[in-house]
Amino acid sequence: MAYSDKVIDHVENPRNVGSLDKNDPSVATGMVGAPACGDVMKLQIKVSEQGVIEDAKFKTYGCGSAIASSSLVTEWVKGKTLDEAAEIKNTDISAELELPPVKIHCSILAEDAIQAAIKDYKSKHGK
Amino acid sequence: MKLPIYLDYAATTPVDSRVAEEMMQCLTMEGNFGNPASRSHRFGWQAEEAIDQARHDIAELINADPREIVFTSGATESNNLAIKGAANFYKKKGQHIITVRTEHKAVIDTCRELERQGFEVTYMDVEANGLLDLKKLEAAMRDDTILVSVMHVNNELGVIQDIATIGEMCRERKIMFHVDAAQSAGKVKIDLQELKVDFMSFSGHKVYGPKGIGALYVRRKPRARLEAQMHGGGHERGMRSGTLATHQIVGMGAAFRIAKQDFDKDHAHISALRTRLIDGIMKDMDEVYFNGAPEHSVPGIVNISFNFVEGESLLMAVKDIAVSSGSACTSASLEPSYVLRALGRNDELAHSSIRFSIGRFTTEEEIDYTVKLIKESISRLREMSPLWEMHQEGIDLESVEWAHH
Repeated sequence: MAYSDKVIDHVENPRNVGSLDKNDPSVATGMVGAPACGDVMKLQIKVSEQGVIEDAKFKTYGCGSAIASSSLVTEWVKGKTLDEAAEIKNTDISAELELPPVKIHCSILAEDAIQAAIKDYKSKHGK
Repeated sequence: MKLPIYLDYAATTPVDSRVAEEMMQCLTMEGNFGNPASRSHRFGWQAEEAIDQARHDIAELINADPREIVFTSGATESNNLAIKGAANFYKKKGQHIITVRTEHKAVIDTCRELERQGFEVTYMDVEANGLLDLKKLEAAMRDDTILVSVMHVNNELGVIQDIATIGEMCRERKIMFHVDAAQSAGKVKIDLQELKVDFMSFSGHKVYGPKGIGALYVRRKPRARLEAQMHGGGHERGMRSGTLATHQIVGMGAAFRIAKQDFDKDHAHISALRTRLIDGIMKDMDEVYFNGAPEHSVPGIVNISFNFVEGESLLMAVKDIAVSSGSACTSASLEPSYVLRALGRNDELAHSSIRFSIGRFTTEEEIDYTVKLIKESISRLREMSPLWEMHQEGIDLESVEWAHH
């Protein structure tokens, strides 16, 4: 698989790997994918009272582009409001990482992870 | 030690320098370049002599008669010739063929083509260790079964099927028996005076010979028949036309001769490295699974699944070693290895498998480096894996409802 240097960089030096305290009310979690399909992403965000994402962490079971996509979105969502983060599209991710066509589903999964985390935050806070 | 380390000998082997030397003598004006079919001059006779020697050396390794060796372009062609050739020759007797789900694609796809031509094919399941249950095979044999095709050594798992017993079962019922021996020649003793095998496929490049050359063993007594698939000048007793590639055949002959000479040495060397690799990896690591049947395997192939780590990311992490993965993560559908699936391994474990294959030129230093790299990479990737985290928290992943996409 011929990956771009950006994918390889994210795989070799993933940003923001880890977990946030899931019992902290300001933390929300999005988990998407399935092991049988070969990829599962967990994205966690910590949201300030002003609705700004202060921190983000990920863990991913998946191929190189799945790891790179989730690593990239943790960088992108930090500092954004929930509404701004919800605007991130899979096409932005695949364009930034120059994903090969067969790996586009990884960027879709990363977008789904952001949406799932935002949804979790909103449901936790009764919105 | 040079990086990357080659641990993919089951995919192909480098040509042994002793083999390359002999091949180079068969190319140029000064060398043995003649057409072995030329009967009217010395150039042809010399080439024919070299071919005869190679045929003899190949027959020696497998205890066959040189007249039972038909040269082809490789094991894929040998499989095609044996299966299509025998099916077409014996089709008046019956139209049923038996093979196995874990066969190489060269057998599976050939059988699929015969199905399109009207033959009926039974694809046998294997047990969890990759071996056939011979009682089930026996039950699948019918009065109209004309051919059984079972590989000797599986290319992904290294397991050795009991072809001696299967041969007896076929002979009793007058069913032709084909064996794909691409992975077993030079690694398992093969005695075709004893084995009741009618056709056997061989490859040059799995045994430190060149690519682009193979052979099909076609038994003389009792005579096995097939219909040619390649027509032309009637070479190879009419079974496979085409000018014989002297340098390739000489290479394969030399490779098989060396495989016989060095059999014990190679076997001992590779067995020791196998033990070192398996002990190194399996010790102090949880959720690591050995695929196959350790006591019925060639030493050169080691297939291990690392739970909670995905195959492609693992291959990227260990790019300093050249290995194969059971995960074919190249399509959107992410199909894991059909061989591992046939063992009943779940998709996750099939996705996270690595096949290490060790060969004549592998060193202890390379194995030690590999063990260290694998252990570091697995622990790094598991730290990154949400599945590993859930496993550590005691969550049963089977009970989770995943959003399939």
